[in-house]
Amino acid sequence: MSITYLEAIREAQAKLLRDDKRIFIYGQDVGGTFGGAFKATKGLAKEFPGRVLNTPISEDAMVGTAIGAAMEGMRPIVEMQFADFSSTALNQILNNAGTIFWRTGISCPITVRLPSGGTKGSGPFHSQSMEALYSHYPGLIVMTPATVEDAYTMLIEAVAIDDPVIYCEHKYLYYHLKADHLPNEGLPVGQARIARVGRDLTIVSYSAMLHESLTAAEKLAGEGLEVEVVDLRSVKPLDTATVLASVARTGRLLAVGESFPWGGATAEVIARVAAEGFHLLDAAPARVNARDTPIPYHPNLWSAHRPSSDAIVAKVRQLLRE
Amino acid sequence: MLLARTFEEKLASLYRGGRITGGVYVGKGQEAVSVACGIFLRKGDVFAPLIRDQAGRSAFGEPLVDVARTYLGSRQGPMRGRDGNIHRGRPREGQLAMISHLGAMISVVVGSLMAKRWRGEKGFIGLTTIGEGGMQTGSTHEGLNIAAVEQVPLVVVATNNHFAYSTPNDREFACQALVDRAVGYGFEGYEVDGTDLGACLDVIGSAVKRARAGRPPQLVVASILRLAGHGEHDDFSYVTEDIRKQPFARDCLLLAERFITENKLVDAETLRAWRDQAVQKVEEAVNMAQREPVPEGAEEDWCAISTRALCDQAE
Repeated sequence: MSITYLEAIREAQAKLLRDDKRIFIYGQDVGGTFGGAFKATKGLAKEFPGRVLNTPISEDAMVGTAIGAAMEGMRPIVEMQFADFSSTALNQILNNAGTIFWRTGISCPITVRLPSGGTKGSGPFHSQSMEALYSHYPGLIVMTPATVEDAYTMLIEAVAIDDPVIYCEHKYLYYHLKADHLPNEGLPVGQARIARVGRDLTIVSYSAMLHESLTAAEKLAGEGLEVEVVDLRSVKPLDTATVLASVARTGRLLAVGESFPWGGATAEVIARVAAEGFHLLDAAPARVNARDTPIPYHPNLWSAHRPSSDAIVAKVRQLLRE
Repeated sequence: MLLARTFEEKLASLYRGGRITGGVYVGKGQEAVSVACGIFLRKGDVFAPLIRDQAGRSAFGEPLVDVARTYLGSRQGPMRGRDGNIHRGRPREGQLAMISHLGAMISVVVGSLMAKRWRGEKGFIGLTTIGEGGMQTGSTHEGLNIAAVEQVPLVVVATNNHFAYSTPNDREFACQALVDRAVGYGFEGYEVDGTDLGACLDVIGSAVKRARAGRPPQLVVASILRLAGHGEHDDFSYVTEDIRKQPFARDCLLLAERFITENKLVDAETLRAWRDQAVQKVEEAVNMAQREPVPEGAEEDWCAISTRALCDQAE
């Protein structure tokens, strides 16, 4: 048996709907026989009548409705068709869902699924990674699963958590990642994972960039360099302790993210290591991010905009020379 | 209405005396509409009031002391000093806590009603309020549309007080009548003279009944003039003399008092006693809230989520 990252997300939702009557899925084209733009809910509307509901193209109202249902005891999963379109729901997510517990003491257990990240030819409005933006605001948990196993167990945990969770699922990984079977449980939410052990340098990454980082580490291994790769799994909360422990072993840090360079998860990793582990560093920490332009359409431009394993290799070499 | 007016006059005076930090936002002129929004609701209903709904909140059952506690930041209030003034509610008791972004609460009420329907509750409705200013946001558009798509038992009461802060109607919208939008959303629409308490009780009460009976969502558009500034910091000098003479500019409280005394429903002495009682209740609520502890930064729990183990440790 072989199961993809996308199938894992569908299977997680099927299990959730089966096990818990409070759960419903709300989003554009998720219902009927269509099953979502990426088929992440295929067959679920038929299997769970009345609980997988098509919505109007109203991102704000989709999330608002989920918030109201969550406060009344339901566990809604909102599917954004693309992460990019969640910008239209920012107000509901940041100012409503993110503030309800702090203001009223009532929890707001919504899960918002964001099909994130770039694929060839998708252009500026179907390629974005929005984890930095959501992490910046208080009151939200932001998950960025990088493996089939995590895609499955973290989505199940996201729905179980009593707080709003932004679940960033990567579209490139949908079809490119496969696992033999789905696990019963994963690491605790908020705990990073050492994806590859090394001693010369630490790469901290998450989501699709984990795989570019692992590819880079493999290339460098051919040159005798042993790079450690940390998979953050969730960017908020950020597991600073695991990152610091890795840097303590290697003395060098490179943070890799697919999002735009200004601020963001990679900046946060470096800020924390610089503030809390400055003495552990043998060289200045560095980052590899996307470029500071909208995400381009043409594959030639797209692959130059996005961090690649080659760009990561080049940066690692530079860091190790210092 | 009288209680709301009395309380808000007290709040304004506390504000002018520097006893309230932030702002004070009153519903002067809107009490008839607002009270009619709260008075027909019962346990199990969802009420999402907005900025000028003191009368409706009290009619719905909000304890007066909660108002004073929120304005004064008492730790024992529903918002515990974390939010203030009109941004208050007790969601467990059916009163949602508004955010400032207009229109955002409409879809939230829709979701609450869907959850109740899923749970098998019967006979409940939701009521939320908006102004003619808030009617112009994208969030309101999406919320009204999704309410009709989901066919939830919802009443939306929109009060046209003729100014979005200082901006008059002709720079807010260009349609002939806001109520015409009802048909476009799949709502049933009604208009009411918001200065006339009897009409408000009749029209809003009927809309509540229709929603309870399973009719499509209801839109009621009331017309009034805001008889105060946007907040107490605002002298509303932009309201011209000409507008102040319009029929919609009449004071609903004075009209209601005149109606009940002229029709000998209540004599002048009883009305005076009501006023005295209102003052007394307000004083008691404010005194109680003033004696309660206020929050302290050093003692605050600075975790914005309920799952404490997942609170990020950023500095």
